Amino acid sequence: MTDIAQPSTPAATPVPPRRRGALQKLWQNQTLWRGITAIIVFLVLWEIGARWDEWFGKEWMIPGVGLIPPPTDVAVTWLDVLPKAGYWESWVSSFRRVISGFLMAMLLGIPFGLMLAVNKYFRDLFFPPFEILRPIPPLAWVPASLIFWPTNEMSIAFITFLGAFFTIVINVLGGARNIDVRYLRAAQSMGASQWDLFSKIILPGTLPSIFTGAAVGMGITWEVVLAAEMISGGGTQGGGGLGFFIWNSYMGGSLEQIVVGMISVGIAGYLSSSAIRAIGDWYMPWKRLF
Amino acid sequence: MAQDTLDASVKATDPTAGKSKVELRNVSKSYGDEWEQERVIDRLNVEIKPGELTVIVGPSGCGKSTLVNLIAGFDFPDSGEILLDDKPVTGPARDRMVVFQETALIPWQTTYQNIVFGPKLRGDLRGKALQQEADRLLAKVGLSEFKHKYPLQLSGGMQRRAELARALINNPRIMIMDEPFRGLDAMSRGLMQEFFLRLFEENRRTNLFVTSEIDEAIFLADRIVVLSNRPAQVRTVIEVNLPRPRDYKMLSSPEAYAIKREAMGILHEEAMKSFKSGSGADFAEAYGKGGGGGH
Repeated sequence: MTDIAQPSTPAATPVPPRRRGALQKLWQNQTLWRGITAIIVFLVLWEIGARWDEWFGKEWMIPGVGLIPPPTDVAVTWLDVLPKAGYWESWVSSFRRVISGFLMAMLLGIPFGLMLAVNKYFRDLFFPPFEILRPIPPLAWVPASLIFWPTNEMSIAFITFLGAFFTIVINVLGGARNIDVRYLRAAQSMGASQWDLFSKIILPGTLPSIFTGAAVGMGITWEVVLAAEMISGGGTQGGGGLGFFIWNSYMGGSLEQIVVGMISVGIAGYLSSSAIRAIGDWYMPWKRLF
Repeated sequence: MAQDTLDASVKATDPTAGKSKVELRNVSKSYGDEWEQERVIDRLNVEIKPGELTVIVGPSGCGKSTLVNLIAGFDFPDSGEILLDDKPVTGPARDRMVVFQETALIPWQTTYQNIVFGPKLRGDLRGKALQQEADRLLAKVGLSEFKHKYPLQLSGGMQRRAELARALINNPRIMIMDEPFRGLDAMSRGLMQEFFLRLFEENRRTNLFVTSEIDEAIFLADRIVVLSNRPAQVRTVIEVNLPRPRDYKMLSSPEAYAIKREAMGILHEEAMKSFKSGSGADFAEAYGKGGGGGH
């Protein structure tokens, strides 16, 4: 008992300041560890919730949660699926659709939004029809585009494009219109031409809104692609994708595989938005300060 | 001695310093639709004399900022004319640089990029010469260490100094200061006033300084133009004959006190009128006979 009361080591050993290596930084990154802990806790709770009825009998099954396969079963199924080419083809085709639709939306949406912002006549002409088309949900376009476009793949691309396009345009327009008029005036006093005002003030001033629009648009794109893949189904053209993977698992009655598909979509979406964030940080160093 | 050489270098790069003037003749400006127009400025006559620091004071909302926009050329008068060295103002140009309220440094450019923005646009100063001039101004405003920082990384006072440098590099014929030190804490504000005064007294570039602080006006001005409540007209012009270079102690001199009394009296009257027109009530009636004071 007496030795417990004694301090085992001298209390204050001064730690010499050392340069921290990359690995050590990672180890000391509290945010990262909190995130990992949260995910582990979530998985443990899910496991317990899903296995409750197994351990305590059917009458103790937690409604809803009890029907979901536990994460360990999902992991086993996932390991099963991982080496299969079909699973990765689903990833590839979904990603291809998301990226092509998203890029088209950026390519057309950014100039269109900027035109709406800087030119009053353009805005008077194009904003009203744009505002009427905007509230139509992308999925409401599905039947019309299936009829209109020659292939399923093209209809999916079109619907995906729509999902991101409206969001990007609205963000670009709002961002460009909200630029502090004093920046423009200061530049004018210093002799800026119309093109200078556009390229040196309006465009960089709109970048934050462009990236906000891109992040939100990317989310919508994933939603739309998944739904479109489920609707259009498998087959030779316009088939596959993670949406079809989930739908196919549902038709085949594999609960575990449904969850594998869902988590895959979650990871894919996370990767996409991380990429946009990283590009945004790189393009806008002045936003990275705090 | 160091002061003299600095003076000489400034004058060398600044041939127009202290020579330009601005005249406003019968300038009127209204805003709003045709059937609901509000006259902001009414037949205003102001002269900004060469090499002087003219301060404009007036009750808040009296049209001071409109006046700045007109002189800078961001907006145009409905009638009357604005002359810079006897030539009418036709739009914004580098001969009239504005230092804006709060700060109008471009957030996505570093201090250095902000400062070289104008010359780079026009291409009239480039390469090594531009770098040297920018570095000279950065040193002058005490921001050499901060040249690669973004505006958001600077304190309020530093932002104002960076903005002064950005205006000065364009070598304007007149500097227009639109309540430039608004939003600074009292300490930084005092320091900025002293800094600005030193800068002005170095080369006497024609200056228009708009403020709502009477102490600031007296401390800085050669002449104070006191504006009326909206629509803005000149109520009075006060010559400030305090010696230069100035320091803070002069604010407690009898002359300064007399000017303050005169200006405060007029401003108070105008503020009362504005209160009346804003609420339809008399201030004294609304808050009892004890209200007001300051006569």
